[in-house]
Parts: sequence; structure tokens; C-alpha cells
Amino acid sequence: MQERMGCNFVIAVSVSIESLSPHPMTSPSRPRKHALPGLGLTLGYSVVYLSLIVLVPFSALFLKTAAGGWEHFWGTITAPRVVASYWASFGISFFAAVVNGVFGVIAAWVLVRYRFPGRRILDAMVDLPFALPTAVAGIALTALYAPNDWIGTYLKPFGIQVAFTQLGIFVALTFIGLPFVVRTVQPVIQDLALEVEEAAACLGANRWHTFRRVILPTLLPSILTGVTLAYGRAVGEFGSVVFISGNLPFKTEITPLMIISKLEQYDYTGAAAIGFVMLVASFLILIVSNSLQSWHNRRLGIS
Amino acid sequence: MAGASSIQLHRHGSPRRATAESPVAKAILIAITLVFFALFLFLPLVVVFQEAFSKGLALFVRTFQDSYTQDAIKLTLLVAAIAVPLNTVFGLAAAWSLTRFRFTGRSFLVTLIDLPLWVSPVVGGLIYVLVFGAKGWFGPWLIDHNFRIIFAVPGIVLATVFVTFPFVARGLIPLMEAQGIKEEEAALTLGANGWQIFRRVTLPKIKWGLLYGVILCNARAMGEFGAVSVVSGHIRGKTNTMPLHIEILYNEYQFAAAFAVASLLALLALVTLFIKTYAEWRTEKQLLEAARDQHP
Repeated sequence: MQERMGCNFVIAVSVSIESLSPHPMTSPSRPRKHALPGLGLTLGYSVVYLSLIVLVPFSALFLKTAAGGWEHFWGTITAPRVVASYWASFGISFFAAVVNGVFGVIAAWVLVRYRFPGRRILDAMVDLPFALPTAVAGIALTALYAPNDWIGTYLKPFGIQVAFTQLGIFVALTFIGLPFVVRTVQPVIQDLALEVEEAAACLGANRWHTFRRVILPTLLPSILTGVTLAYGRAVGEFGSVVFISGNLPFKTEITPLMIISKLEQYDYTGAAAIGFVMLVASFLILIVSNSLQSWHNRRLGIS
Repeated sequence: MAGASSIQLHRHGSPRRATAESPVAKAILIAITLVFFALFLFLPLVVVFQEAFSKGLALFVRTFQDSYTQDAIKLTLLVAAIAVPLNTVFGLAAAWSLTRFRFTGRSFLVTLIDLPLWVSPVVGGLIYVLVFGAKGWFGPWLIDHNFRIIFAVPGIVLATVFVTFPFVARGLIPLMEAQGIKEEEAALTLGANGWQIFRRVTLPKIKWGLLYGVILCNARAMGEFGAVSVVSGHIRGKTNTMPLHIEILYNEYQFAAAFAVASLLALLALVTLFIKTYAEWRTEKQLLEAARDQHP
């Protein structure tokens, strides 16, 4: 397994899905047939636990969705206000993920290749969006970008308003997705063979050429994986967005908020229908990210 | 696991001239990174502390003397004190079964463990409302027996357990997979029983990875907003966790108080990052040792 534990959780998540799929035994570290105790106990416990916490509640989601009937389902998920929320959640998330793709690669490059004072602190700070509670991030970003506060004051003369607009949602989703690209790309840059870059330099390529033709193609799978992970996280994000978005119907309401507003009206089947849509969407994103991940692993020569 | 051995002992090849950017390009790239990080990471953090003290130290202190704030802190601690140990035991059990044995349905189990990481936290709260809410599966039965789960503490614990259960398992699986089972097998042939093997052989090998998982699990448990907000009902003094309390204060325009509570959670985040960075560094060492032991 290529990833260094050190690098982080995100990678661990996606890489170990790969490494755990039933591949032929590739190394001595693979457990062989043996009699280590505890399979029954640990597996049994895990399965019972997951069934209670995950399987039973999720079957309620499916059954509630089905109980509403097709017409109700379709009516709920295509209601204009809900459709408008898809743009806020799925559309803006895309732009936030792409921006993270660009800046994440630059940040990863800087953190791996350059030495400068404060680099280690920057590196540790990358994971802040994982560690900082989303509600805290939400009110902090709102205070930063509200029209008469911190950054908002300086944007006002240019007619740019961030907080309580779709731009605000974009800012929150960029914050939340920031670690993903950096952390997926970092280990790949670390493992780049310097010899290849030397060879490119010897053959007369300048740095930009080397980057475009040699480095970028190697990094591409990991960049796309990181962007997909950031997108997946942004689509479901709630806490950091609700404060800065202002929650204006048809403009800045996100899809998870639609679920909550259905629940507040005790419309369980309606909430289940929208929840079902979100679940399917997240599942599709997961499939894409897993296939990108296996491409990424093949590139790195691990299978 | 073939790659475990290929982990480079030297983390960074020292860049040589031909493969380094011009000083100007380098300065620009560093500047872009600094500005990006300042805007999205440092400023939000600075804002939290600055706003927390903006109305003076007295108000900051008064916020924490308020009984609703204290109740919120107590509830947050209580929820974490239940959810984190539960998920730690689960994480250990899951990692043990997944890395020590091969069985059918393994990939499915792994996908299930990942589920909370890719599903919206609001959906995580929703599913419990559908089961235990007033109009959910067991809702009427629970009402008859005068027992509340939704809009009460058990619901908050359930939602928190759901969003945080992957962390310990995910911290341990790559590490235990890389370390292999030679030592455990040796202990077995020497007559150790399962508990002894776990306690004396496995636990010392995985302790930093375990700490890494537990600390992330705890941070998320104390800071969860979306899932908990769906099941809590926001009853002050009863079902308000710290993040929900922040929301209420904020919506009442008590900004300084909201940021005061937020500053406590931000501090928790910083401590988490610090321990996490240290645990990662130690885990990396354990992985390198594992790699050396496998291929001396």
C-alpha cells in the first residue's frame, strides 16, 4: 500500500477500499490461513453494530420513500423550490471543487518541494476544515464576508457581496473541500521520481514544459480523485453553509435544508424522497471516486 | 501491501538545480499558497477568537457562566463520552476482523464503514427520525411508553455515533494491514490466548494509529452539527449541544456570545490538529518499522 499513514485520512479512506478488495495475495503481509482467534466475536460484533446503526435506519429511508408512491416521490423531488436547491448544492459544489483542484495542486507542490519558515504549520493547518466544527466555520466565514465586516467591507465598493448570496455558498464549500485535493496530491508529488524531471531537463524542456508534459499527467488521476472527494463532501455539506447562505428560497437554499424543512412540516415521506435523491447522488460520486482511485493506483504501479 | 516496503525513508528528495523552478516562480507559488491559506484557513480562525473577545473579557466570562451554555457543554461532553468509546470498540473489532481474516462480503463491510463519510450528515439524522420520530416506525410505540428518542438525548447520541463510527476503524485498518500478523501468530504458537495477543502484541503496535482515530472521532463527535440538528429539537438546557447553542445565540444576534462558545470548539480543533499531527508522525514510524520487519 503506497499511502503513508502520515498523509492522512482521506487517502486512507479511498486507498484502503482498493487494497481491501479481494486481490490475490501480493505480499507476505497478507494474512494466510491460520488460526488467529476472534473472527466470530469481532466480525459478529461489527455486523450487529452496523446493522443497528446503518442498515435498519437506511431501510426505513427506502421504505418510507417507497411508501409515498411514485407520483408523490416525483412531485416532491421535482418541485421548483427543491430543483432550485439542486443547483445550490450540486452546481456550486462543482465550482468549489474545481477551484480547490487548482489551488490544492499549487499548495501541495509548495508544501512538498519548497522549504520556508512556517511550512510545517501550514501543512498541519490543511486539515483544519476536518477538525473545525462546521457551525464554527459557518459563523466565522459569515463574519468575514458579511457586507460590513472584515473582508466584506473591502469588497463592497466593487459591488461584490459574498455573504447571503450564492458566492457565500461557494466560499463555504471551498473551505470544506480544501484538504481533499492537497492530501491526495501531496504523497504523489512526494513519490515523483526526480530522475524523470532531470531527464526532461536534459532533453531541453524548461520547467513549465516539464510540468505540463511530465508532471501533470502523473498527477492527474490523484488531482481528479481529490476533486471528486471534495465535490462529494461539498454536496452533502450543511453546517458551514446555512449561516453564510442566508437561505433565500429559490436562490441560496441547499438540498439538505429542503430535507429539514420537510421534516419541520412532519412530511416524512417528502423528506425521505429528497434524502433518497441525495443518497443516490452521493453513491454515484463514490463510484466515480473509486474508479478514479483505482486508475490512480494503477498509475502508481500498485494493484 | 507491496508498497509498504517502498515507503521512502527520505521523505523529500532534495531538489537539484535542473529540476527546480526559478526563484520568481517559486516566490509566486508560495505567495499564492499563503494567500489561499490565509483567506480560507487562518482568517476564519482569527475571526473566531477576535469576535469572541470583541465585547470584552467580561462578556466572554459571562457567556460561560450562563446555565444554558453550561448545559450545552455538559451535553456535548456526555454525548462524546458515550459515542467515542462505543465507536472505539467497534473500530477495533472491525479492524481486527477486516485485517486478520479474509471472508466473503468483506468489501461490502468496508463500503458500509465508509458510508457516513460520503453521505450528507442531514441524511444521517433523517434516517433516525424516520425510525424513531413521532410519525416514524417506532414513534407511536415510543409515545405510548413515554420514551423519547428523537428530540431527546438518545437521538443525539445515535446521530453522533452514526457520523463518527468510521474514524477509529479507518485509522487502524491501513496500519494493521501493513503490519501483518507474524507477531500475533508467534504469540499464538507460544500459547497466548486471543485477549493476551490483543493486549500484549497488537495494542502496543497500533497505539498511535488508535489515538489518531480516537482523536478525530472525538473532534467530530463534539462538533457535529447537521445530523444532530435534525434529531435534537433545539430544546435549551435539554437537547442543545455546543454547536447548536452557537446557532441559537447567533440567530438571536448575540454574536459575541456565539463566538465565545465557538472559540472553545476552535481551541478543541487546534488541540486535535496538534495531537493528530503528532500521532501521524508516530504512526508513520510504526509503519516504517513494519516495512523493515517485513523485508529486513
